[in-house]
Parts: sequence; C-alpha cells; structure tokens
Amino acid sequence: MIELSHVTKSYNVGRNNQFTAVDDVSLSIESGQLTVFKGPSGSGKTTLLSLVGCMSRPSSGRIRLHGIRPAFLAAEEGNDGFDISNLPERFLTEIRRTTFGFIFQQFNLVRGISVRENVMLPAYPTTESHAAFQARAEELLRLFDISRHAASRVEWLSGGELQRVAIARALINNPAVIIADEPTAHLDSKLSREFMEIVALFKGQGKTVLIASHDPIVYDSRLADRVVEMRDGRITVSGPEP
Amino acid sequence: MKTSLNRHRNIIDFALSSLLRRKMKNFSLLAVYTLIIFVIASLLFFVNALKREAALVLADAPDMVVQRLMAGRHDLIPAAYAEKIRALPGVSTVTPRLWGYYYDPVFGANYTLTVPPRPAVEPGNILVGAEVSLNQRVRVGDMVAFRTSAHIPLLLTVKGIYPAASNLVAADLVVMSPEDFQAMFNLPADRATDLAVTVANPRELATVAAKIVEFFPDTRPILKSEMLRTYDAIFDWRGGMMVVILTAAVLSFVIFAWDKATGLSAEERREIGILKSIGWETADVLYLKFWEGIVISLSAFLLGGLLAYGHVFFFSASLFEHALKGWAVLYPKFKLVPAVDSYHLAVLFFLTVLPYTVATIVPAWLAATVDPDAAMRS
Repeated sequence: MIELSHVTKSYNVGRNNQFTAVDDVSLSIESGQLTVFKGPSGSGKTTLLSLVGCMSRPSSGRIRLHGIRPAFLAAEEGNDGFDISNLPERFLTEIRRTTFGFIFQQFNLVRGISVRENVMLPAYPTTESHAAFQARAEELLRLFDISRHAASRVEWLSGGELQRVAIARALINNPAVIIADEPTAHLDSKLSREFMEIVALFKGQGKTVLIASHDPIVYDSRLADRVVEMRDGRITVSGPEP
Repeated sequence: MKTSLNRHRNIIDFALSSLLRRKMKNFSLLAVYTLIIFVIASLLFFVNALKREAALVLADAPDMVVQRLMAGRHDLIPAAYAEKIRALPGVSTVTPRLWGYYYDPVFGANYTLTVPPRPAVEPGNILVGAEVSLNQRVRVGDMVAFRTSAHIPLLLTVKGIYPAASNLVAADLVVMSPEDFQAMFNLPADRATDLAVTVANPRELATVAAKIVEFFPDTRPILKSEMLRTYDAIFDWRGGMMVVILTAAVLSFVIFAWDKATGLSAEERREIGILKSIGWETADVLYLKFWEGIVISLSAFLLGGLLAYGHVFFFSASLFEHALKGWAVLYPKFKLVPAVDSYHLAVLFFLTVLPYTVATIVPAWLAATVDPDAAMRS
C-alpha cells in the first residue's frame, strides 16, 4: 500500500515565481489495483506520480510505502511500512529502480542504441549479470511481440512499438508498482485499447498500477479500480476506496 | 551471480555501446587525441633516444678538449702545446687529435674524417661507415678516390666497414692514417685539430682549464660537462626547442579537452535525465562517463604511443629528424636504439589521460545532479 499524508510539493520556494503543484494531498492506494489520476493539464497528476515514484521529495507531508523491503532497511525495520519523504537520493534511487517501473508520456527512450539495450537500461547499474537480465529482456520482447525489432534502433519504430518498448523497459527489474504518465497521449484509439489490455496483464500479475491520464479510454475503463480527480494540485474526487 | 563487479561490467558494456552509436564523433575525437599523443610521445621518445646516443658518444669523450682560437675562430693547434700541457700538475694524458670534414662533390655527401689516437690503418688504407660504403658503392678491398685540398686525387683502399648498428657514431665516418689525413688537407705535421686532455682528479678539471688558459691565452678548453650541458639545453624535454613543440602540443590538448568539457550536447543531457529517472544513481552516470572517457583517452594514449614508437624507432622519426638532428654530416639513415623513459611516459599519461577523463566527468556530473523528475516533464 502507498499512503500519502498531507503531501505538498512547491517549486521555486521563496522566489517570485513560486507555485504549488500538489497541495495538501492525503490518499491511500491499495496494492494490486489500478488507480487512475484524472484531471486537466497542470492539475498536479504528474507531480504526484513523481513524488510517489521517488523522483522527488515532498515539500511537506509524508509518503509511506508498505509491503516493500529495500536492501538498505535493517531486518527489524519497515514491517509496518517506511517513510520515503526524507530519504537521501541513493536510497530513493534504489527504491525507484527496484520497486517502480515508469512509462513516460514521451516514452523517453535513448536514441542510437537498440531496442534490446533500451529495455535493459534500468538493469545495467544493478549487481545482476548481463546474461541474466538480457534473458529477461528477450522474454519481455517476445511478450510484447517486438522481438523482431530487438536489434533495431528505437528511432526506426512506430508509436505503438515505441510504447511497447517503453513498457518492456518498465518491467525489466520486475517492479511491484507501474507508474504511467499519460501513456495514451500519443496513441490512436486502437493502440490505446491495446495498452489497456497490457494493463490488465499487469493487474493479473498482482502489480499496482498508477496512471495519470485525461483519456476516457483509460479512466472509463472497467479495469480502473479507482479514479482520483485532481484540479489545481488538490484532489477534488478521490473515488471510492475499495 | 550477483556481485558489485557485475555492476561495473554492465556499465562498461553500456559505455562501449554508447560510444559506438556516435561513431563519427568519437572516431574523430580519437583521431585528434591520438595525433596529439603521437606528437608529444614522438618528441619524448626521439629526444630520449638521442640523449642516450649522445651520452654513449660522450662516454668515450675526453675530460677536456683544448682548441686554439684565431680571431675568435677554431684554428689548428701546435702539437708542441701537448707536451707543455702534459707537464701541468694533475694532467694525466694529452693526445693531439686529427679530424675534419670532407665534402664529396660527386656523391653530394659530407664525411667525417678522423685519425684514431693509435693508428688503426696503414697509410693508403681506410675504414668507412656503413652509409659511406653505400654512398660510394664500395666494399672491402675496393679503392676510393678522394680529392685533396690541392685538388689532387688520393686513392685509398677500403680495409673495413663499420656495422650499421654503430650508425649514429660511424655512419659518415672515414678513419685514416695521420699521413693520409695530412696529405688530404695539406696539414703541417706539427699541427693537430685539437688536444684531448684527461685529468686524474675530476675535481681539478676547472683548475687545470684555468691554468691552460693562463699559459696559452690563445686556447679554449671545453669541458665534458659543458658538452653535456649543451646537449641538455638542446635536447632536454624541458629545454630548448622541446619546450616550444611540447607547449604547442599541450596547448592543443588543453583546447581539445576544454572543448570536450564544455560540449555536453542537449541530447546527452536528455539521456542523463532519462537514465536518472529509470533508476541510475548520479554515481552510475559518472561511472558511465568515466568509462567512456577512459576508453577514448587510454585508446588514444596506447595508439599514439605505439605509433610514436614505430615512427621514432622504425622510421627514424622521419617527420622531424631534419629539424632536430642538427646540421651534421651525411644525414645518416640510422635507426635509433629503442629507449623509453618510463618517467616521461608516466608524466604524459598524467598530463593527458587524467585531464581528459576529468573533462568528461565534470559536465556529466553537473547534468546528473538534476532532479530525476525533470525527465517526466520533458
């Protein structure tokens, strides 16, 4: 479970252009479910996901993760969850790498290297052997039907293929939580539905899925266990807690 | 198996594939870097080998050479001076020497003609260097015709040829008897080119030199240490023309490294942001850039060093031999004996590989300290 308590995130604090992207948000997100964050552009969805995904720290408030045991925790710690709000960057990075898989709006794939290498990217700075994560990458490429492009550069792929590469990359370290920021923004309706089929697969595997989207194909999907609506950094409709 | 070594191997693996995707940029970078290392290393190898050869030559040189001066120029010295100098306290031996240069207009070459202290050949015979025998197309037993200063042909028989291994010392050498030498240059029998003086106690050298000048005001004693100092001033890597060439090469390197340090492209910054957002630590990004820098700089160092070694020791430093070997003689095509100073190599390594590696890491470090959520917003 992910638990947010009075979380606020402000940028440019103390300057003329200070603004608050997330404002006093409290929320509990259950494990193994699909939670969709819905709202107009600038409503704070992406910032909220970046806070949950350990990409940045909240200006105030607490974020606790339950059911996750990073290697840096002592044996007796973290049984009832642990606070990630003030962890040093090293620890945040480790949690980000081992717990979360990210699917970005722009896919954020590295150009010039192969599809296979892009999928393996999050696994390079781990202690695992190259052969082990390469085998996993091949498996993911087969799963998403992009094996034939394994050696191709990503810039040669279509939008739908790019997204499947981004999804395969998000799964390479077998994360417990998938975070997707506007994943269907650059896809047509057919590809968007295909994406939701992949989300169903994640749910089937017991993964927690958090999606920020203003696409009805996503937030109206029957797969969504909860739809949280946001505006101006605040939650306006938090949806029924399961 | 999970080991921390795997992490470095994985990052090195990605660094290599990362370098390969910018083939043109990185190969041109490698080429420029290799060229700079090649120039600097060539100079170091060349100068070191020359100094070694010079030291070998000077090892047999006398403690002091006494020349006579006439109107500020080197003149023949009366052989009688030798007896008087030998009588000075502290002087061990004084040997009148006969040597000079001969230009052969037919073959367009300069030879060094010399008479050893103990006669090596009978009158009418000579020993020649390998280049002279090639130049004159003569073998042992052949006759060579020299032209005396009175334009009279002097026929001499080649009795021996020095091996090519002694080329720096002997390539242009013609060793003859005193009689033939005097006949060649119409030299009076009581004159010598200069006097070679040895002194029992090296500490007395300066005192003996002062006494020679006192008794023979028309002479100039040249100490062996002064000859060594002159060689050093010309060829030492911290002196003379070396400084000029070395400074130019090092400056090129600084400009090159500075350009690299300030040249992190928008694409590279974007990639660093992506890597951070998907779970790379700042340290991982720095390792990646470190390995990229090391691969380029170490390859350039090894490649440049090897090319320089080949250039100096197999191709006789053909690119700058005429500039550095001086004005002497036949321009012998000798091969320098490989002599590499590990201290110079270490200095070269620390002055090139390290700054370049730092120059690649610093901008990456600046880019890698951005918040990983920047990638979410790109």
